Amino acid sequence: MTSASSQMVADTAEKLFSEHVSVNSLRDAEAGRWAEALWCALEDNGLTTALVLESEGGIGATWGDAFTIALAAGRHRAPVPLPETMTAAWLIAASGITPPPGPLSLIDDDHEFTFTQGFVTGKCSNVPWGRNASAVFVANKSLVLISSQKQWQPDINIAGEPRDTIVLDAFPVLSSELGNADRPSLVRLAGAAMRSAQMAGGMARAVELAIEHAGIRQQFGRPISKFQAIQHMLAEAAAKCAMARIAAEIAFKTMDNSPRNIATAEFEIATAKIVCGEAVERVTDIVHEVHGAIGFTEEHELHFITRRLWSWRDEFGAESFWAERLGENILKRGAQKLWPDLTARDIATP
Amino acid sequence: MYKVISSIKIRAMLKINLPPGSLPPNAEKLRSEVRDFLAKHLSDYSSAARAKSWAGSDPAFSELLGQQGWIGMTWPSKYGGAERSALERYVVLEEMLAAGAPVAAHWIADRQSGPLLLNFGTEKQRQKILPAICRGHSYFCIGMSEPNSGSDLASIRTKGVKTKNGWQINGSKLWTSKAHIAHYMIALVRTAPPNPKNRHAGLSQFIIDMKRPGITIRPIRNIAGDDMFNEVFFEDLVVPNDMLVGREGEGWSQVTAELALERSGPERYLSSYQLLYELVSELSINPKERNAIGVGRLVAHLATLRQMSMAVAVILEDGRSPELEAAFVKEAGVAFEQGIPSVAHDLVGRSILLGAGNFDQVMAYVTQAARSFSLRGGTREIVRGIIARGLGLR
Repeated sequence: MTSASSQMVADTAEKLFSEHVSVNSLRDAEAGRWAEALWCALEDNGLTTALVLESEGGIGATWGDAFTIALAAGRHRAPVPLPETMTAAWLIAASGITPPPGPLSLIDDDHEFTFTQGFVTGKCSNVPWGRNASAVFVANKSLVLISSQKQWQPDINIAGEPRDTIVLDAFPVLSSELGNADRPSLVRLAGAAMRSAQMAGGMARAVELAIEHAGIRQQFGRPISKFQAIQHMLAEAAAKCAMARIAAEIAFKTMDNSPRNIATAEFEIATAKIVCGEAVERVTDIVHEVHGAIGFTEEHELHFITRRLWSWRDEFGAESFWAERLGENILKRGAQKLWPDLTARDIATP
Repeated sequence: MYKVISSIKIRAMLKINLPPGSLPPNAEKLRSEVRDFLAKHLSDYSSAARAKSWAGSDPAFSELLGQQGWIGMTWPSKYGGAERSALERYVVLEEMLAAGAPVAAHWIADRQSGPLLLNFGTEKQRQKILPAICRGHSYFCIGMSEPNSGSDLASIRTKGVKTKNGWQINGSKLWTSKAHIAHYMIALVRTAPPNPKNRHAGLSQFIIDMKRPGITIRPIRNIAGDDMFNEVFFEDLVVPNDMLVGREGEGWSQVTAELALERSGPERYLSSYQLLYELVSELSINPKERNAIGVGRLVAHLATLRQMSMAVAVILEDGRSPELEAAFVKEAGVAFEQGIPSVAHDLVGRSILLGAGNFDQVMAYVTQAARSFSLRGGTREIVRGIIARGLGLR
């Protein structure tokens, strides 16, 4: 895509989220109502299949474009599985199958499924928006099409987003010839990148809210933003946001080097998930501290971001999972290779 | 079909976008030249010495770098520079720091005094001073802080009075790194009485030849055992008129521009690199899960800070002033380099004995030296104040 069309994708995402996501719609979503209008708007504008090539019916967006979409989804707390659907549609299309319409979801690597001759048996929990999904993509190997909502046991994460459980007994697999079985799978890699971008967007919005609040809230005769204690906390949070954002952006840019084999960007994806996930801790501490008691109420909108951030940092591998992957390799390669290996990533980073 | 949105109800759009930068195509060739050079010249340089990072000095090494064209490497060739890009310079700097090379002698001159003279100096000053810096022969120190001034730079009291022989300077400077080996000081001096309505007025910068009569240097040993900084006394020191930098009374704005150069470089996250190196060495023998996790987290931060710092180098190269972005690098970078000893303590978890080997020696040094990382180049509190201003909070 050209940079002009990249800008259009970014603007469209921003516009649709601004129009359709509000505190009311977030409450509705948490009460279990599917955000149909938002979803249709996203689908109509091609964002759900953004990563699918134009020749395969998508809009041929880059991973860099997907970064801006996921960043905006995080910033607006979009209560729909857009990052999951973009990823699943990409995986399915890359396997030569036309992605089914409707919301799609991903099954992360910690499922307990076993596959035998076109059938899948076992249990999987924590499937994002499973109850709404027309199809779920199981880590690399298979595509499972689930039409009946009855098979899902509903569950939710800290933020009240659907994270459902499914138990399958010899359920027919739509296709079982999709990619390889490497771990971490392409699902976990892309999922971690998407959550990193969402976290970066969400944290930026949380700090903006805190800055706004500090400028309005009067205490001891002046806005609390005039107190050095508040200024320093927000400065620390903003620096962490800057770091999280660039880590996530670098991950997606590196994925664009080898768009079909994003495993080559594992270092940058792991780095992004670690840096963004760690930043969540201090940033959410600070934004809640600055908001005071009002930010601890259900009526204030802050929790619609912070509760998501606490959930997202766990998903598709927590910091410890990715840090162990990185660290194992670093310790195996040894101290002398540490710096040369790090700078050699520049060749991978455009 | 696409309509650009116009009504985002956000007043405080967070200004945190640091677009990732990338290195020029010839960077890898330059990098391998630098590595070969370092391997050749630092082959018997100890881990304990490398741990000093950019606080370690060796004039003979600086001279070798000068011969390579790696000091003042972005400056015009008529002043002895190599006219290379800021990102090529970045590659040289980070390789030096990763190797723990003794760069302190010329570091200040290369990083900020030379650029200050290129921005504000006279042609005569540039011709006299810059070529010697590029050769690795001329070193600078920075006379900013003073007794009782600390971070409050506007409160300095060292006074310059215009006489028929030049400027007569009296007062003292404190925490002046490497004053004892520097040929010149760039001193910030009060040349007009304090103005309560404009605290930043009446300050001027001078180039002081450290060999002139009227200068006394008192070394101050730090907790890590280094003779890094000094107190410098001026008693009726006479500075020739042509050693004023820029304009009389414009010292504050000149200093502010200069300080932005010192906040975002690779020295803001690589000061403890030698400890990370020794930590990886130490843990490679015992690569258990928690060690891998601890090291993985550190390297994720290292890789990201490097990207942030390079992104700021791109902004500088474009001629823009990245004051807020540079402050982000210093805030986050210093937290990282200062935090490595605690992570090492946690993972290695035993007493550190100075006779025990490389890891222990480096750990002992960095544990102590790291205290200064959030003090030098603007304290953490000053840096957070700069960010707060950038966010519109003050």
